[in-house]
Amino acid sequence: MSEESAQKRWGHLRKVLERSSPFSHPEFEPSSEVLDFLMTSCKILVIGAGGLGCELLKNLALMGFRQIHVIDMDTIDLSNLNRQFLFRHKDIGSSKAEVAAAYINKRVAGCQVVPHFSKIQDFDEGFYKQFHIIVCGLDSIVARRWINGMLISMLNYEEDVLDQSSVIPMVDGGTEGFKGNARVILPGINACVECTLDLYPPQVNYPLCTIANTPRLPEHCIEYVKLIQWPKENPFGAPLDGDDAQHLSWVYEKALERASQFNIPGVTYRLVQGVVKHIIPAVASTNAVIAGICATEVFKIATSCCIPLNNYLVFNDVDGIYTYTYEAEKKDTCLVCSQKPQILEIKDPNSFKLKQLIDILSESAEYQMKNPGLTTVIDGKNKTLYMSTIKSIEERTRVNLDKTLVELGIRDGQEVLVADVTSPTTVVLKLKYLISDVEMS
Amino acid sequence: MIKLFSLKQQKKDGEASPRTGNQKKASAAQLRITKDINELNLPKTCTTEFPDPDDLLNFKLVICPDEGFYRTGRFVFSFKVGPNYPHEPPKVKCETQVYHPNIDQQGNVCLNILREDWKPVLTINSIVYGLQYLFLEPNPEDPLNKEAAEVLTNNRRLFEQNVQKAIKGGYVGDSELQQHCVKIKQWKNYL
Ligand SMILES: [Zn+2]
Repeated sequence: MSEESAQKRWGHLRKVLERSSPFSHPEFEPSSEVLDFLMTSCKILVIGAGGLGCELLKNLALMGFRQIHVIDMDTIDLSNLNRQFLFRHKDIGSSKAEVAAAYINKRVAGCQVVPHFSKIQDFDEGFYKQFHIIVCGLDSIVARRWINGMLISMLNYEEDVLDQSSVIPMVDGGTEGFKGNARVILPGINACVECTLDLYPPQVNYPLCTIANTPRLPEHCIEYVKLIQWPKENPFGAPLDGDDAQHLSWVYEKALERASQFNIPGVTYRLVQGVVKHIIPAVASTNAVIAGICATEVFKIATSCCIPLNNYLVFNDVDGIYTYTYEAEKKDTCLVCSQKPQILEIKDPNSFKLKQLIDILSESAEYQMKNPGLTTVIDGKNKTLYMSTIKSIEERTRVNLDKTLVELGIRDGQEVLVADVTSPTTVVLKLKYLISDVEMS
Repeated sequence: MIKLFSLKQQKKDGEASPRTGNQKKASAAQLRITKDINELNLPKTCTTEFPDPDDLLNFKLVICPDEGFYRTGRFVFSFKVGPNYPHEPPKVKCETQVYHPNIDQQGNVCLNILREDWKPVLTINSIVYGLQYLFLEPNPEDPLNKEAAEVLTNNRRLFEQNVQKAIKGGYVGDSELQQHCVKIKQWKNYL
């Protein structure tokens, strides 16, 4: 590329970044450094390389972002190719993240996308810390909740004041058919995923008695076969697998039979597939709109050239085009973001027993708990340390009371979840060991 | 409003490759279920059983009604709480063969808050009370077991007899005999 065309390439961005504007952040300082920052230092993580992810990667790369990482655990399927435009037929079976990264790097000069063919849960704080902004194009609520929890756990407080340099903004896009949403989450500052959990459309669950006795919709007939007939007849001696064509054909046939009994039209193989796998068909144009909005938000946050979305936008083009923006509220009792991490210092975990920890929780003026129930996670497995309110659990966790923290396998910095009636949420206690001489088995 | 980055602020280099040591963070579902279980406030007719005390996501609820049609019975329900709790309700099945208008022979339970009326603000306790109520007030309006519902509407005495017969291990109606055998076969796998 010649010097002149390289200059021209960013001409439009320079107009926005090198001049002041009534829409910019009050502290925005127009300068050529902003574009430099965007192109050389600003590090973005894209989670998901599917319908939204392909759009996001393309948008961000063409906007000038170069330090981009992308995570996706999926491989490419034939049915992706109509909208996930970074993939070709020859790529079927390969990692979405790897193929997408290679495509962008080849196509957009200077861009360095780093792919990760893995689950988001495979990475820890050390990995996520390196990014300035995280943008999600996910189809899973579980994954959104996980990354949300991760970013909130990474916040630092100094004497109860949030250290803003520990905030990693998360831009989250989601689509379902002709509907979509985009939101900007500033962890610890505005509403998080968990604050607004009831905004996510619940899985459609029809009343069981309607399904069993008074079906009116083709979906009712399919659900009947799935929930009642399959477990009863167990035709293949296995649980229903939505990816098995034989299974789906069986459900389709039986659903047709049931539909004809009740004179219900509309049972098709595609619908069976959709209902069994809870799929709502993806629409390429919705993905494009939502990804466009998300990438713009990333740009606004990265440069401060314009005030970001505050904070939730819904989009719907089922019938005409409709958008609406509002401020989703941070919940005081949010299980994840309402509390600052509580650090409890332990002098000597080699001698400090669980019983003493419970005594502190019940007796110290700071906690005054009634019946604290304690759980933690050790090597990826949940562990109940002690719970006095449930008899069968109490009996079997009582032995832990006389064990030391070291004997229980609790490490320095480990989080212990404490539930008690005195707190509306589960309190997360971070145990900090004051001696470094800890011998873990 | 915050301005998030000063341009000079550089992020620390992270580790580019995944580490499989990050298994110490509890999920939001775990945060929530810890609270739900610790604060279970069971009616005196109910007890819980946790086969594995470390696993709060899978447990059983035993209901022994002390009044109504179902007194003297003992009904076991299995609870499976998924990773998306409380966005999605737990899966609840009745493991005891029961003659009930709202519970079918496969153990499916027709309780609105288990399906269409579930909301994240509801808790395990809400479900326990809902289930307990089903035994006090079986509802013939929304039946899963139509025969039982009809009997309940038309002949309460016969309904009561059928319930008690089923509790004592007998069966009611032909279809149930078969189901009963299937159930017993399934149980054998656990023994
Ligand atoms: Zn929150």
